[in-house]
Amino acid sequence: MSTTDREQGFQPSAAAAPGVKQEDFQEGKRAEAGKLRPRAASTKKRLSNPGASLIAIVLAVLWTIPTFGLVLSSIRPELATKTTGWWTFFADPQVTVNNYNVVLYGGQNNFASYFINTIVITLPAVVIPITLALLAAYAFAWMDFPGRDWLFVAVFALQIVPIQVTLIPLLSDYVDWGLNGSFWPIWLSHSIFALPLAIFLLHNFMKDIPKSLIEAARVDGAGHVKIFFQVLMPLLTPAIAAFGVFQFLWVWNDLLVALTFGAPDTYPLTERLASLVGSRGTEWHVLTAGAVIAMIVPLIVFLSLQRFFVRGLLAGSVKG
Amino acid sequence: MDFLLSADSAGDKLLAMVVAISLFVAVMGILLFAVDRPKNVPSWVVFLAFVGPAGALLVFGLIRPAIITIYQSFFDRTGANFVGFDNFAQLVSTNDLRQVLVNTIIWVLVVPIAATFLGLLYAVVVDRSPVEALAKALIFLPMAISLVGASIIWRFMYEFRADLGDAQQIGLLNQLLVLFGQDPYQFLLNGPWNTFFLIVVFIWVQTGFAMTILSAAIKAIPDDVTEAARLDGVSGTQMFRHITIPGIRPALVVVLTTIAIGTLKVFDIVRTMTGGNFGTSVVANEFYTQAFRQSNAGLGAALATVLFILVVPIVIYNVRQMRLSEEVR
Repeated sequence: MSTTDREQGFQPSAAAAPGVKQEDFQEGKRAEAGKLRPRAASTKKRLSNPGASLIAIVLAVLWTIPTFGLVLSSIRPELATKTTGWWTFFADPQVTVNNYNVVLYGGQNNFASYFINTIVITLPAVVIPITLALLAAYAFAWMDFPGRDWLFVAVFALQIVPIQVTLIPLLSDYVDWGLNGSFWPIWLSHSIFALPLAIFLLHNFMKDIPKSLIEAARVDGAGHVKIFFQVLMPLLTPAIAAFGVFQFLWVWNDLLVALTFGAPDTYPLTERLASLVGSRGTEWHVLTAGAVIAMIVPLIVFLSLQRFFVRGLLAGSVKG
Repeated sequence: MDFLLSADSAGDKLLAMVVAISLFVAVMGILLFAVDRPKNVPSWVVFLAFVGPAGALLVFGLIRPAIITIYQSFFDRTGANFVGFDNFAQLVSTNDLRQVLVNTIIWVLVVPIAATFLGLLYAVVVDRSPVEALAKALIFLPMAISLVGASIIWRFMYEFRADLGDAQQIGLLNQLLVLFGQDPYQFLLNGPWNTFFLIVVFIWVQTGFAMTILSAAIKAIPDDVTEAARLDGVSGTQMFRHITIPGIRPALVVVLTTIAIGTLKVFDIVRTMTGGNFGTSVVANEFYTQAFRQSNAGLGAALATVLFILVVPIVIYNVRQMRLSEEVR
């Protein structure tokens, strides 16, 4: 038993994943043994079943076509996009980057400056909650304190609070303090809203680190601060990446918080896009290019860090 | 120091961001240094230094405002006069607001079931295929796109051009209708089906999530079990019903409840697609409209409270299922 625990300690994903954890309770460790065996033997080439292949292809096409049409339209000339469907591109290919020029630097659109706003909002709103949550998760996992488990359950339970419930009172506080219209309320709010899930996830990962490691450091006379930075942090990089991707996507793509606490000077890309839909909902050459600009960074982050994201998903996924 | 509160140029904004991060690092650094340096600091002080900042923020930014909001839901639009349950009564008795509640229930029933079904179907058909990783990435991608972006993508799919002379459709779905000899259709304007066309967008986004979790669960079913069943001559569909489904039941519950919670809070899609007009509003969107557009703090607070009340039983069920399966383990 103890050896398995230790093995899992270095693979927090497997141990912390509710979706997976619950599966192998029936067969316990046999699941792991099964995974190690070459799968070739039992690989009943499912896709050789024509019905299954057909379903897979139909779904994949259905899921891809909407985005494809949008991206393709963003590089077609304004007139072509407005008068003909994007599928006519293949009969009459016309390509331009003008839409992107108009959207990024055109007077009223000026997506370049909203892009900056999104970056300015996102970085602190990812760094601050992760740091705070790491510290709290460490304390909940490795410090002895009366009532500790109780407090942890309370933090866990806070995941059920929908952020809508907090917005009206928070807004009036920010206005009272004169912070309104700056980035501070947005950073602060995103940080707060991320904490319950972040603490819960990181705590799960931390609990999986072998106790002997921590105790050995204690015996050597290391204090909690030292243990935290020198022993735990290096082991936690995958966990931090997992939650980091999560939080990054959440903040970058957020509309509600930015809209509630924001002002024209701080609005991110999402707000700009949403308001363009309202004011110029048929200007498809602008909307398509704008949407591509807003989604390009999260797509890159997502594709390059996909395995961390999946790990985060598997480790628990209720977000306030 | 003006740029800290009212940054209007790109340089000022980036500077404010750097200042904010540095300030945060400095404060946390001093705090940790203070409890680490002296010998024999009481252990509760160290604990407080680690948990305190996060705890204080949670009390300030989640617990306290939640209580205030619930309290406010019993007051009128200015927050000055106590009105009892009037705001809640208004939700049930006004036609428009009742429509909002009905729509929310439709959303929360349709999205989790449809997304879970499609996600499971896809996870099963691509399992162990040679192109599994690529096939999954395609379904997965919408999760990285903002809901605003997804809404624009689908508005473009639904785009309508009146059928006048030689005007061409530029929305794919209406093009298909025309191709099959039908009249083009106003997907977003015509109730009650427009709500379902909004729901499609969220299903499109959430299926990837369901597929990911369920695929991991399917892979966790021990090979011996499927092998033994296969040797016993169990057919594909029987295998699915008697081996796969029971094996992934806990994961199914997690997926269904998680998507249901996300669905209750969906705001961006409704706001971007229709602005909540044409009978498509849902609680989360109506909350924003009432609280921040109509300045009706009381009704807004009541809607937020309703959202809270709807979420709680789903979360409790979710947690209980997790607990149950951990105990069995």
